[in-house]
Amino acid sequence: MSNVRVLVGTRKGAFILTSDGKREKWDVSGPHFAGWEIYHLKGSPADPNRLYASQTSGWFGQIIQRSDDGGKTWFQPGTPAGEPTTSPDGMPKGESNKFVYDDSAETGKPLTTHQWYDGTAKPWVFKRVWHIEPSLDNPDIVYAGVEDAALFKSTNGGQTWAELPGLRGHGTGAQWQPGAGGMCLHTIILDPKNRERIFVAISAAGAFRSDDNGATWKPINRGLHSQYIPDPNAEVGHCVHHVAQHPANPNVLFMQKHWDVMRSDDAGDSWTEVSGNLPTDFGFVIDVHPHESETIYVVPIKSDGEHYPLDGKLRVYRSRTGGNEWEALTKGLPQENCYVNVLRDAMAVDTLDSCGVYFGTTGGQVYGSADSGDTWTPIVRDLPAVLSVEVQTFS
Amino acid sequence: MPAHLRTLAGVTGDVTVAVSGEVTRRSILDALETKYPMLRGTILEHVSGERRPFLRFFACGEDITHQSPDDPLPQEIASGAEPFYVIGAIAGG
Repeated sequence: MSNVRVLVGTRKGAFILTSDGKREKWDVSGPHFAGWEIYHLKGSPADPNRLYASQTSGWFGQIIQRSDDGGKTWFQPGTPAGEPTTSPDGMPKGESNKFVYDDSAETGKPLTTHQWYDGTAKPWVFKRVWHIEPSLDNPDIVYAGVEDAALFKSTNGGQTWAELPGLRGHGTGAQWQPGAGGMCLHTIILDPKNRERIFVAISAAGAFRSDDNGATWKPINRGLHSQYIPDPNAEVGHCVHHVAQHPANPNVLFMQKHWDVMRSDDAGDSWTEVSGNLPTDFGFVIDVHPHESETIYVVPIKSDGEHYPLDGKLRVYRSRTGGNEWEALTKGLPQENCYVNVLRDAMAVDTLDSCGVYFGTTGGQVYGSADSGDTWTPIVRDLPAVLSVEVQTFS
Repeated sequence: MPAHLRTLAGVTGDVTVAVSGEVTRRSILDALETKYPMLRGTILEHVSGERRPFLRFFACGEDITHQSPDDPLPQEIASGAEPFYVIGAIAGG
């Protein structure tokens, strides 16, 4: 019997939505970590009951939570309740919420500043974890994309974290600037065929690729054109909002940029615009159908100044041609007076034969479609603002 | 402690910690983090050790947020007769 588990991060806690393969009736558990911002939750592909959550707060900083039973119970790896903070030989034990930038001479080029909005130099300061990406084959290996932008890795189930400093130190880091939401590393894609390859995206720096498991990096932004930066075709500085990949065709990438929907057929070495007939090509989310590598989804948003759907109509747009030709999907979605936003990590797909597509809004709705987007139903209507949506499929 | 930190530490109400040596803000927070390691980084920032900006400290009705963390605290705090308060700012929504 197949079923799905939808992991929802919100401004005020996490929620877990579960259903059988029909996806008609849903159980809702939560709020987990009530009152905290949950930027992202994600399950391990290697052990679906292993979940990681980024719990964060302007008051109390960053917490990493882990569940080993599919979200029934949670703990902070490295600092379980009641245990001493040091090992018998006096060494400090893991602290799962400790993210310290690597500025050592041994591991690269100490990088101390990036650009602020006004072009002045600002020191790197850790703020929060935006995105968690568990390894494809080892539940104890997990990556974290953080603000200020950097990539961290844990090899012990989230107990301790170490930066992969080659990203910040590869040469362009001093030019990176924050986007409106902060200077965040929000997208991490682990290539399922080339296991040494990792893609990340940063607002507002662009997309980057490593072909050696995160040791060295290069910008992959050729073809991006951003009118709002001094050099519209610059190597870095582009406000990439999200990137998606189909696992069977990993050299094809789809990107929702600040403005423009883009695609690459060469693992990011070059990009072409595929906005086509979209009513507006501003937006945050983008995702790919699990069984059709040229079927992609976006939610167009009116503009960078007005973060809500055009004309008050919430419409998902689907392209079955890998871009350029888009159709509006409206059945079941509000077509008047709708002024919510759909944030960059708030869309996901399941892998059942009849593909499920899910997205969450800043108005607290999580919509689901069990037929590849043809029709939509609100699974929940009144959650706090949704920050992220992930799906696990059990078949 | 603020409710969110009590939840994180798995406690309700006031927390009692044993402090060795002089009782100061620093020694209280050190003892608190030792007993409840999940609070590390939540009151004082991990790297800098600085107080998180939305938190303040009170002892015997006095705001001691901006005093030295190594100043000795009143005897009432040291004896446990009066609580040492970690207070979260009322801000946001």
